[in-house]
Amino acid sequence: MEIFLAILLGTLFGFVLHRVGASNPENIINMLRFKDLHLMKAILFAIGLASSLLFIGMTVGFINPSHLDIKASYWGVLVGGLLLGTGWAIAGYCPGTGLVALGDGRKDALPFLVGGLVGAFLYMVLYGRLKGTFLLAEIAGGKSTLAMTPSNHPALITGLPGLAVALVVGVLFIAIAFALPSKK
Amino acid sequence: MTGQLNWFKGGIALGLTFLLAVLLVKPIGVSTQFVILDGMIWNTFAKELIKEDSTAKSGYSSSNAYLNKSGGKYAKNIKKPANYSLIFVLSMILGGLLSRVLAGPKPSTQDKVAPAAWRQRFGDSGGKRYAFAFIGGVLALLGARLAGGCTSGHMMSGMMQTAVSGYLFALGTFTAAIPMAILLYGRDGEV
Repeated sequence: MEIFLAILLGTLFGFVLHRVGASNPENIINMLRFKDLHLMKAILFAIGLASSLLFIGMTVGFINPSHLDIKASYWGVLVGGLLLGTGWAIAGYCPGTGLVALGDGRKDALPFLVGGLVGAFLYMVLYGRLKGTFLLAEIAGGKSTLAMTPSNHPALITGLPGLAVALVVGVLFIAIAFALPSKK
Repeated sequence: MTGQLNWFKGGIALGLTFLLAVLLVKPIGVSTQFVILDGMIWNTFAKELIKEDSTAKSGYSSSNAYLNKSGGKYAKNIKKPANYSLIFVLSMILGGLLSRVLAGPKPSTQDKVAPAAWRQRFGDSGGKRYAFAFIGGVLALLGARLAGGCTSGHMMSGMMQTAVSGYLFALGTFTAAIPMAILLYGRDGEV
């Protein structure tokens, strides 16, 4: 059953990423240099929509909060984001869209993915030295969220119901998605 | 490009996919599986890399500190790779292929070598593009592993759950990616 769901959801995710144009590096580059923001609008809309529905779903008991997976905050998240952003801008691919692009028959996706395996290997080798440094020390409460969740993660905003906070943030994302111009 | 969804329909499809994944199984993530694939390759050369270990939480331990972390979770997945996360990620390749075949956007022969923005700036040669795509891949996955997730796991799944780490990651990503893209490719297609 688990393997069936993996094939179903993985194929769906790859299909949708391709259909929305995220696996086309031209779209990524044009988004990052503000030439064509359609992908930015789609991503912001997707996050806002999914977040709002997720918190509504958990509130009414339709979505099991044990399915949540909150990642920890530490300085390495920011530094890693800077590194990934650099690679993303150069190649026009991120780890997921590089895989989808391989299915799309793009030849430049293959060196990107091989480079990815090398990059991940470098981190495996470096990890022993980074462990215990400030880079991997948790900040902002570790596995924390903005909105309170039914799971036991620390929330930064505790005075308001989690659903209200998540809806405000979600609607904000959707509003920005509508407000951004599509093409320059 | 023909066959591509507009931002509104695309955003709904993408949002519902992330929601469906967390409803049925767990939030979507990709970059961890590069470690698992590396480990599978490494393990064929170094048989001592991963051992069965009844004292470890997962039942496996590794001589590599990263594979050994969280009770040998990665070590176990390398030994038993037929699990949800790896199959999910490999299926994404199939998804891209299916979308292209089923009336999706199709890259031209030139696009398959390098995107137009690259060709305008650096010419049609494949070799140079492949070299930079490789470097981009090294940086992207080194960064994703340091951060503990990538665009899917941190940015999309993370911010969907209002995870603080998701916003922190997005801040880092765009702070580097926007100036880098403008520097490399010019602001508006003009060089």
